[in-house]
Amino acid sequence: MSDVNGNGKFLVGIYDDDDVVLKAVKDVKEAGVRIHEVYTPFPIHGLDIALGHPRTRLGIAAFLFGLSGTLSALALTYYTEGFDWPMIVGGKDSYSPIIYVPIFFELTVLFCALGMVGTFLVSNGLGPTVKPLMYDLRTTDNKFAMAIDLSKNNIVESDIEQILKRSGAAEVNVKQF
Amino acid sequence: MSHVTSAVRTPLVTGGKTYADVTEDISRQVEGAPTREWTIAFTIAVVVLLYGAACVFWTWWEGLGVWGLNKTVGWAWDITNFVWWVGIGHAGTLISAILLLFRQKWRTAVNRAAEAMTIFAVLCAASFILMHMGRPWLAYWALPLPNTFGSLWVNFKSPLVWDVFAISTYFTVSLVFWYMGLLPDLATIRDRARSKVSRYIYGAFSLGWNGSAKSWARYEYMSLILAGLSTPLVLSVHTIVSMDFATSVIPGWHTTIFPPYFVAGAIFSGFAMVQNLVLIIRVVFKLEDYITIEHIESMNKVITLTGSIVGVAYLTEFFIAWYSGVEFEGYAFINRATGPYWWAYWAMMTCNVITPQLFWSRAIRRSIVWTFVLSVIVNIGMWFERFVIIVTSLHRDYLPSSWAMFHPTLFDISDYIFSFGFFFTLFLLFSKFLPVVNMAEVKTVIKSSSERLPVSVSGVAKGERVTNPTFNKDVE
Repeated sequence: MSDVNGNGKFLVGIYDDDDVVLKAVKDVKEAGVRIHEVYTPFPIHGLDIALGHPRTRLGIAAFLFGLSGTLSALALTYYTEGFDWPMIVGGKDSYSPIIYVPIFFELTVLFCALGMVGTFLVSNGLGPTVKPLMYDLRTTDNKFAMAIDLSKNNIVESDIEQILKRSGAAEVNVKQF
Repeated sequence: MSHVTSAVRTPLVTGGKTYADVTEDISRQVEGAPTREWTIAFTIAVVVLLYGAACVFWTWWEGLGVWGLNKTVGWAWDITNFVWWVGIGHAGTLISAILLLFRQKWRTAVNRAAEAMTIFAVLCAASFILMHMGRPWLAYWALPLPNTFGSLWVNFKSPLVWDVFAISTYFTVSLVFWYMGLLPDLATIRDRARSKVSRYIYGAFSLGWNGSAKSWARYEYMSLILAGLSTPLVLSVHTIVSMDFATSVIPGWHTTIFPPYFVAGAIFSGFAMVQNLVLIIRVVFKLEDYITIEHIESMNKVITLTGSIVGVAYLTEFFIAWYSGVEFEGYAFINRATGPYWWAYWAMMTCNVITPQLFWSRAIRRSIVWTFVLSVIVNIGMWFERFVIIVTSLHRDYLPSSWAMFHPTLFDISDYIFSFGFFFTLFLLFSKFLPVVNMAEVKTVIKSSSERLPVSVSGVAKGERVTNPTFNKDVE
């Protein structure tokens, strides 16, 4: 999980608008400040790119889980109908992969969906007992928060505050974890 | 970053809402005490559920002899209800997944309720499978498990087993899709919670969501892939349900048109049920600014399209029955229209083919009353469609000596009523304890599809690109 990194002092710039915060990310970065993370009530397209987050590899996980579903279905049907208890029903061959396409399809989708969602939860550190690090409770409502980890920046706190305000922050707060 | 305010599209959110307004309006019913209307509706639903549950228990206790089935009509209301409920369960995924892939923004206000409807409708459908088994404690026999009789397995070549895989996968994926969609909104409710209990409960269910940019990027990617997975899943589920019939040799069932025809019918009935639920929700929870006439009209257009496809399918069936030259097939269809169940056939034709065509009129398509009435009619018609396919095909078979009629008993009717109690109890619980509209998604369309325009747009034409807009409530 990217944003759970122990004790530290953060400066949190609070923005009122998604367009403003997106532009602010670029401005603050240009001013030489290292941004820890931005928290928003809804997805803002391009924000992860502006922050420089690497592209998610969930798609690869989804493909691999889907493939494991197909192979599991293949193994299940082959073991049961091709090997363990061959039966001819309705004149169909005991084992012919074409007959089992619906089984292959359903297990592929099932494994893919569950595996990918599981990967998503693990990679984001989400779970029923997880206590979220909230830099501002209003970020799940109508505010946008830019968190700056002071320990990872060599700029004076008051200067960072000025940079945040210049970038359009309506308020700048200090948050200690 | 800039937003485009379309000059041609009508707004999807009215009333000049801000992000805070969205949270406030939608969280209100979750955070407040239950309203009188909700309490009355919930009480009625629970009473119906309890009565129905007693009847279902009696059905299992006594055996399926309490139903009106006979040796000829071996499937009747049980499978009719099953197929009907599965069909209703399709609109949720369609609205969520297919419209997400097509970038249809009008889905955002209605997707949550539609997805919930899907989950509950599939549960109702599953309850009829359990009832129809007669011995529900042996339901696990349908799963591919090694059993105590030796190395005997389920028959993977049977569409009934494909059904088990398809519907359980559909239910699981729909549930996951719905729950993942709820995460950001559950976090919103958690962060607004005043009592410790609700903070704890919503905190546990929101899984620690905090809306970081990285989480959102992964979340959107995951939603897109889930939508991509769910789309063919919808088609596969009803295709396979149709194969339960199409792979048999019963005249009237053994047709290749069944898969697309069943899928269109499922979407048709599903959208009609979404309309009914959404129209009630928008009035009861005062969400007229979020579920607008535009949403209602868009869904009515889907109903018109799928209703017309279903109508073409009915005519094609008739044509092919004649054109194939198979006398049994020809008889089955003539008998449907003119035999002892003619009333069911014509009820189906009237409700599904004729009345939905009224939606070609813009005034009717945009009328709340007409929409509600026609949607109820579509649901009635689609129930009759399944009844016609199942019962009229079975009551006359190749041997005239086995011809029989089906008469529903009190338990056939009560077990159907049970499913309504079950469905509405779950739906009312959902509407009280979870946000019925997806707040996070509605917030994403506020700027591009709302009546509220950015300040810098005042004085310039709609559709012009603006940068760094800020809101001004006075601007219309």
